[in-house]
Amino acid sequence: SPAERANLAGVRHIVLVLSGKGGVGKSTLSTELALALWHAGKRVGILDVDLCGPSIPRMLRVQDSAVHQCDSGWVPVFVGQDKAIALMSIGFLLERPDDAVVWRGPKKNALIKQFVSDVAWGELDFLIVDTPPGTSDEHISTVEALRPHQLLGAVLVTTPQ
Amino acid sequence: AEAVELRARLRAVRHTVLVLSGKGGVGKSTFSALLAHGLAADETKQVALLDIDICGPSIPKIMGLEGEQVHQSGSGWSPVYVEENLGVMSVGFLLSSPDDAVIWRGPKKNGLIKQFLRDVDWGEVDYLIVDTPPGTSDEHLSIVQYLSATRIDGAVIVTTPQEVSLQDVRKEINFCRKVKLPIIGVVENMSGFVCPKCKNESQIFPPTTGGAEKMCQNLSVSLLGKVPLDPQIGKSCDRGQSFLAEAPESPATLSYRNIIQRIQEYCEQHHLQEEKIM
Repeated sequence: SPAERANLAGVRHIVLVLSGKGGVGKSTLSTELALALWHAGKRVGILDVDLCGPSIPRMLRVQDSAVHQCDSGWVPVFVGQDKAIALMSIGFLLERPDDAVVWRGPKKNALIKQFVSDVAWGELDFLIVDTPPGTSDEHISTVEALRPHQLLGAVLVTTPQ
Repeated sequence: AEAVELRARLRAVRHTVLVLSGKGGVGKSTFSALLAHGLAADETKQVALLDIDICGPSIPKIMGLEGEQVHQSGSGWSPVYVEENLGVMSVGFLLSSPDDAVIWRGPKKNGLIKQFLRDVDWGEVDYLIVDTPPGTSDEHLSIVQYLSATRIDGAVIVTTPQEVSLQDVRKEINFCRKVKLPIIGVVENMSGFVCPKCKNESQIFPPTTGGAEKMCQNLSVSLLGKVPLDPQIGKSCDRGQSFLAEAPESPATLSYRNIIQRIQEYCEQHHLQEEKIM
């Protein structure tokens, strides 16, 4: 839809960070990749679609931030005084940080669609999408929702064993 | 009718332990496998290990059962036996190739989990250990729901010392409380590393916010034990061998054995209490 396309229209490249395995460093890499690109002068955003275990807010020290709405949708949380990186995560929507998000697939899918189409990212050179481990609802929904957009590709993370 | 079926199938299971974590890669599958091996060391006990990590089933490899297939009989699916008294079931055994991705949405995963409980002929089981994927989603809701046909003794929650893990584990503890699943306790893996050459201890994953110990204090759950990093653990898992058998003198083995004993005591005690009440 035009509205969906609009919010990602200003994003030049979308990169997915994946792994089958948990705990290999996806969120760590997503964060470092975002920071490195920002240091290189790029406008960067991170979309954290790990709904059960959102790690990015703490990694960027914005775990206490809240999300606001504007006319075009949700305003991402901007990291740092110079608004270096734009970030969206379910971590910002929880009442308490220890609240478990105990959702079945369909509810997760609905939120992911919203995260993709309803966040006012603005102009970004790179949007990095951090994912949970596995090959299930979050992954299927994220790829489906991002397909009409500028999906550059996936970086896969592993450890040696 | 379904509930009746499940109850019938699970009637012969004496103790059920769920191994959970909010976080991935902390050692759930490793721990589940070693718990199974540890309990099955007593040849009078029948142990069942059920792997409900549908997307990333690690148990077949860790138990040295890669390439095994599941057989059907009149009484249902037959588990794959590592020892006479240790049977295993995993989606891994149903794949034609180990690299096949199981790209399923929640409802299909739930269906398979139900089949695992309803159609597998476990027989008489003293301990059913259920290894889970990371998170608090379909698999976790379903297993708690389906196992309400029997009694779950409790959950063992696995973590590593760093805050990035603990923040997910606190959610898992809250999940357990939400679904009224008793928590046997928390295991802290990768808790320090002692160099075999120089014997110096390093904190590879520093407990910047107090580690599992502080979290357990704050949330009033039991800390079952801390297990140090030992490169042999990963090697044994990759080779499908029991780390406890391959490295009996390792400090990690001692930790694991203590933890396994505490879990056994918890289960036995529960049983006695229930019998008293009845």
